[in-house]
Amino acid sequence: MSDKIRILLAKPGLDGHDRGIKVIASAFRDAGMEVIYTGLRQTPKMIVDAAIQEDVDAVGISILSGAHMTLFPAILDELKSRDAGDIILFGGGIIPEDDKAELEKIGIAKIFTPGAPTEEAIQFIRKEVESRKTA
Amino acid sequence: MFIKDFLDKLKSRLGDWNKTAEKFRGKKSKPRFFTVSSVDIDELYTPDKVQGADDSDYYWKNLGLPGEYPYTRGVHHTMYRTRLWTMRQFAGMATPKETNKRFHYLLKAGGTGLSTAFDLPTLMGYDSDHERSLGEVGKCGVAVDTLADMEIIFDGIDLGKVSTSMTINSPASMVLAMYLCVAEKQGVPFDQVRGTLQNDILKEYIAQKEFIYPPWPSIRLITDMMDYCTKNVPQWNTISISGYHIREAGSSAVQELAFTLADGFQYIESAIADGQNVDDFAPRLSFFFNAHSDFFEEIAKYRAARRIYAKRMKNKYGAKNPRSWLLRFHTQTAGCSLTAQQPENNIVRVALQAMSGVLGGTQSLHTNSMDETLALPSEKAVKIALRTQQIIAHETGVPNTADPLGGSYFVEALTDQMEAEAEKYFEEIERRGGVVACIEEGYLQREIAKASYRYQQEIEEKDRIIVGVNDYVDEDEKIEIPILKIDREVEQNQTAFVKKIRAERDNEKVQQTLARLREVAKGEGNTFEALMDCARAYVSLGEMCDVLREEWGEYVEPPSAMVAS
Repeated sequence: MSDKIRILLAKPGLDGHDRGIKVIASAFRDAGMEVIYTGLRQTPKMIVDAAIQEDVDAVGISILSGAHMTLFPAILDELKSRDAGDIILFGGGIIPEDDKAELEKIGIAKIFTPGAPTEEAIQFIRKEVESRKTA
Repeated sequence: MFIKDFLDKLKSRLGDWNKTAEKFRGKKSKPRFFTVSSVDIDELYTPDKVQGADDSDYYWKNLGLPGEYPYTRGVHHTMYRTRLWTMRQFAGMATPKETNKRFHYLLKAGGTGLSTAFDLPTLMGYDSDHERSLGEVGKCGVAVDTLADMEIIFDGIDLGKVSTSMTINSPASMVLAMYLCVAEKQGVPFDQVRGTLQNDILKEYIAQKEFIYPPWPSIRLITDMMDYCTKNVPQWNTISISGYHIREAGSSAVQELAFTLADGFQYIESAIADGQNVDDFAPRLSFFFNAHSDFFEEIAKYRAARRIYAKRMKNKYGAKNPRSWLLRFHTQTAGCSLTAQQPENNIVRVALQAMSGVLGGTQSLHTNSMDETLALPSEKAVKIALRTQQIIAHETGVPNTADPLGGSYFVEALTDQMEAEAEKYFEEIERRGGVVACIEEGYLQREIAKASYRYQQEIEEKDRIIVGVNDYVDEDEKIEIPILKIDREVEQNQTAFVKKIRAERDNEKVQQTLARLREVAKGEGNTFEALMDCARAYVSLGEMCDVLREEWGEYVEPPSAMVAS
C-alpha cells in the first residue's frame, strides 16, 4: 500500500473550464501525489462514488460557473451521508471572498481563489492529510 | 525588399555593433526575454531579419496593400478612417428582462453592436427546470428556454437596425432560429438581419468543452445552417471561428492561430463536401481572436492570420471571390490575464490589449471589465471598458492610418515567424488525420495543457512576473469592488416561466415539429429548417436538443484528452 497522498479532482455541474484543474493535476502529480481526474460534468453522487472507490485522502473541486454555493454544499452533504466525511473537501475557481468564507465555515477545508500558487495548495494538502492521520 | 549593397553593409556594420553590445550583455536584467507564449525575442530586429529581405517581390507576395490580397495589412483599403471597429461588449445575465436592460444601457452609452452571453444550461441545451440546471440558471449569462425569452431580450430593439452576436455553440442553430423568429415577428425581412453566431463546435472539443453531440453530426448542424443562411439571411456571419477560447485554455499564440485556422479549414472542407460553393459561403465566415498581453506577439498573430487564410482560400480551396479570401475578425481582450488582486490594474491591462487589437486591424472589439475575475461585470466597470475603446478611437490617433506597424522590422519578422510555426502545426495535424482525428485522440488538448502548465510554472518560479500577484503584491489586500450577484430568485422565475409557456402553447404543433426534426436528424433534409418550425411553435431548447441527443448520442471526452502529457 503506497504512502502517496491520493487526490480525486473533479468538475461538477455544467462548467467546462478545465485549464485550472489540469494545472493542479499536473502540479500535484509532480509533487508526488496520486491524482485521479474524473473529467467534466460530474454530479455530486458520481464524485463521491469515485472518491470512495478510489479511497482518496482528498477531493478537489473546481467551479468557474457561479454555481459553487449549490454544488459545494451538495458534495459535502453527499460525503457526509455516505459516511465519508473524513475525506478532505477543497476547491477553487471563481468564488468571491464572502462566498469563500461561508463555504469554509460549513466545512469546505479550503478554497483557493485566482492567483493562488499551486505550491500553496500542495503544502495545504500535505499538512491537512498529516494532521488528519495523527488526529 | 532591400538591395544587396545595403544588406552587405548592414551585415558588416552589425558585426562592429555586436562587439560593442557584447560589453553590455553580461549585465542583463533577467536571464530570458520572452513573450507570453514563451517565445524568445531578439534584442534587436534589423531589416535582414525580415524573410525575403533580399527578394524584391516580397512586399507584393506577403504584405501587399490594405484591402488587397494577401490582406496582411488589413481587410479594407481605408480601414478605420471609413468606419471604426464595432464596439461590441459581450453581455448577458440572469433573466431576459435584465439582459434587455443591459443591452439598452450599452447602446445608450455608445456601444455599436450587441453581443449576447447565455447561461450554462442554455449553452448546454438544457431548460431552466432541468435537474442539471440546478444552481446554474442565469449565473454566467442569460437563460433562454423558448422564443418567449428571446422576445423579451430584444424588446424595444429593432433587429433590422442593430447587429447582434450570439455566443453559443452546441445549440447555436436552435438559438439562431429563435432570434430569426423574433425578427419575423418584428416584420424585419431576413435579408436585413445582421449579426454573428459563434457556432464553432470544433473549438468546444478542443478548449471550451460545451459540446453535446459527437463531432460529425455537430458539423452537419453547422453546414445545414450555413446553407440556410447563404440562401435566406445573406448578411449573417455563420460562424465565428474562434481562437479566443483556445488561448484562454492556456495555449500559446501560435497554437491559437494554427488550431483556429485548422478548424476553419475543416468547416470549409465539410461545406464543400456538402455540395456548397465556396464563394457562396466563405464571405460570411468570420473569426474571433484573443488579445493577450504580449503586445507585439498579438499584432503579428492577427497579420499572420490574414495572410495564411488568404493564401489558402485562393490557392488550396480555389475561391475566386476576393471576399472569400478575407479574414475578418472580432477580438476580445484576454480574460485569463485579469487578476483578482488589485483589480483596477486590469483597466490598464485591457487598454493595452485593446490597443494591440486595433493595431492588428480588428473589425470588432470587446474589452473586459476589471471586476470580471470575480463576477459578471457591474455597470460601472463595463462603462469603463467601453470608454477604453472610445478613448483609443478618438484620442490616440491610432485609427488614423491603416496597419501603422507595417514595415516594422520586429513586427514583420514576428509575423513571418508566426506563419512558419503555424504551417508546422498544419502539417502535423494533417499527418495525424485532420482536426477531428486530433480531437478524438486528444493531441490538440494535450498541446494546450502543456503550454498552460509551462505558463503557470514560469509564474511560480518568478520567471514571469504578474503585477499584484507574484510581485508588487499588496499584503492584506481588501478588495472593495462592487460585485454583481445573481439572485437565486432568477432560477425560480425562469423555471416558472418556461412551465407557463409549455402549458399555454399549441402542444400538437410542438409534437409535429419535433417529429419532423427527428426525421430529418435520422436522414436527409436541412436540420435548420426543421428547427425554425420548432422555434415558431415555442418548442423549448431542451426539447429540441433532447431529440438530437436521442438520435445522435452525447459526446464524452476520451481520457487521452484530459492530461497534459
